[in-house]
Order: sequence, then C-alpha cells, then structure tokens
Amino acid sequence: MRTGKVFVKGIYQENPIFRLALGLCPFLAVTSSTENGLGMGLAATFVLVGSNFIISLVRKLIPQRIRIPCFIVVIATFVSLVEMVMQAYSPGLYKNLGIFVPLIVVNCIILGRAEAFASRNGVGLSLLDGLGMGVGFTLALVIIGVIRELLGSGKIFGHIILGSGYNPALLFILPPGAFLTIGLLMGLFNYVEERAKR
Amino acid sequence: MSIGHLLIIAVASILVNNFVLSRFLGLCPYIGVSKQLDSAIGMGMAVIFVMTMASLSTWAIYTYLLAPATSIWKIDLTYLRTISFILVIASLVQLVEMVLQKTVPTLYRALGIYLPLITTNCAVLGVTVLNIDKRFGLVESLVQGFTAGVGFTLALILMAGIREKLDLADIPKPLRGIPIAFIVAGIMSIAFLGFSGLVTE
Repeated sequence: MRTGKVFVKGIYQENPIFRLALGLCPFLAVTSSTENGLGMGLAATFVLVGSNFIISLVRKLIPQRIRIPCFIVVIATFVSLVEMVMQAYSPGLYKNLGIFVPLIVVNCIILGRAEAFASRNGVGLSLLDGLGMGVGFTLALVIIGVIRELLGSGKIFGHIILGSGYNPALLFILPPGAFLTIGLLMGLFNYVEERAKR
Repeated sequence: MSIGHLLIIAVASILVNNFVLSRFLGLCPYIGVSKQLDSAIGMGMAVIFVMTMASLSTWAIYTYLLAPATSIWKIDLTYLRTISFILVIASLVQLVEMVLQKTVPTLYRALGIYLPLITTNCAVLGVTVLNIDKRFGLVESLVQGFTAGVGFTLALILMAGIREKLDLADIPKPLRGIPIAFIVAGIMSIAFLGFSGLVTE
C-alpha cells in the first residue's frame, strides 16, 4: 500500500502549495502565464527527483551535524544543471523565469523533502516522493497560471479563449492578482475540506 | 556614479520594486513572521544586516573568483554562481550568529530563531543574483542590498500591524490565517502599484 500512497500524497493530501504553503515565491512570481508556470513546475520537479535520488543514495554517509549544507550542495548542483540546460535549449523560458531559476535552490519544498523524506527512506520511495511532490507543485502552478492568464488576458497558453467581448482584468497578471488569487484559492480549499468533513 | 543614481536604486528597491510586494521574494518569512509586531521588527533588522553583508561578499566572490574578465585566474566559472552564493550566504548567517552571540548578546537574543531562518530566505539569494544580473559595482550592490532589506522590513512591519488588528476582526472561517494574509498582501500590493513610474531604472 505504501508505494502508491507515497506518490499520491504530494498531489492532494500534502500538496506543497495549498496544504503546506511552501515554495510560495516562485509560485506567485512566474504564474502570470500558464506556460511559465508549467516550465517552472517541470524544472522544480526535475530538481526534486534528482536531489531526492542522490540524497537517499548517500544518506548513510552524511554526518548528522552537517547534513543541511550537504543537502544544499546537492540541490544547488541540480539547479545549476537545470539553469544550463534551460539556457541552451529554451532561452525564451529562461529569460521569462529570470532570477527564479537560480532561486529554486532556496525553494523550501526541495530542502523540506530532502530533510523529511529522502534522508530517511530508500532510493525507490524517495524517487516516488520527489515525483509526487513535483507533480503536485506543477499542478498547482498550472491551475493558478490558467486562472490568472484567463482573467488577466483572456488567453490560455497564449491561445485566445475569451473573445473580444471580454475586457481583460489586467490586475490579475500584475502582482496583486497573484496574492488575491492564492488567498481566495486557499480559502476555497479550506471551505471544501470543511464541507467534506461534515 | 552619482548620488542621484544611488538614490534611484534605493527608491526603486524600497518602493517601486518592493521585494515582497512586487518581486515576490521572501514570502515565507513574510507570511510566517508577520503575526506580531515585535518579531517582525527583529526579523526585518536581521534581514537588512544579512542582505548588506551578502551583497558585499558575493560581489567580491563574483568579481575576483568567478567572472572571466576580472577574476584572478581568468577562467569562466560563472556556472558556479548559484552554488557558491548559497554556500556563502549559509556560512555568513552562521558567522553572524556566532559573532553576535559573543559580542552583542542582547541583540542575539532579540533576533533568536530568526537568524538561521534567513539562509532559506529567497530574498537574500535574490538580491545577490539581481546585483550580478544588473552588473552593479560594489557601492551600487551595497546600496541595493541595504535598501532591499529596508523594503522587506517595511512590508513586514506594515503587514504585522494589520494582522494584529485582524485578530479582532470577524473573518469568514475558511479564510482565517494564511488566506486572509494573502488577500491583505494583495491589497497592499495594489497600493504599492501606485509607486510605479516614480523612477525608472
């Protein structure tokens, strides 16, 4: 039973954004369009899976006292990899995401998973955990990206959805729209949860 | 480089491109530590200090060790930027902690748990990366580091003031806690939009 659960919990039960409120900075900054959100989600997923894999492999070799710096070095290595690959193959996305690519290093989800899961579990489970968390994070990014892009410019993935009759609420692609959307979405999640309990 | 130029950097990073409200940096401590005014002030001071120091040390590392044109060994090591900066910030925070503990124990106790938390504050790494991206010199980096910290502190203190009042307000149950904090941040961010166009970088 465990294997499936490890993967699924990151998507809903322990969704890093809506449940744990971790990794918020890149989440709000890059979601003014769905495409950027998806790109950031995939990059973070790669780093999560990679760092979980390496850390679970070497977890018995790392002394307890200096484990955090060790984790950070592993994570930073993967982030540098992503940075270089993205710069080479997708320069447009790299430019759009800007400083938020190097900032994946300090994304609390990744260090959080390394500390809470990969340093205590085997390689297979850690890979699954990283993948699940990554998918949950990506899903949340895409959801909020769709909402903001649709309301703010009437498009999804750059395709016009709402025709010329729709007057775009520009506020939603500006910073305040990000804060308002996430606040209301979290409220909605809490509301649904409460209804379900009753 | 004139005083005016530095002033523009300062105004830009405190108001126009406020690190929290328009760049989305340092949101975790912004939401996490803004429940009380006292702790908000402590956190703000610690961040200002670390950001200034980090700007100084990462500028030196980038210029003398990584950048191909100016480094001592003339090799392009810029791909080590992310990894070296985060290590520098982590050790800097540790150092600051030890120095404060020995020399100014009162301040150390006041900052308490907030110091170690700063390592994972993305605003600190963010400001150092921005310094490099904008090709800032030493003085410009220092000014941007310091004022970015001031901007963070300003937003944090404003938020803490509002949230202390929010405790007494009648908020719909699903929105209590973090959701309402985000909505407040959204409204503050609208207010800060009013500063855009004040200066252009």
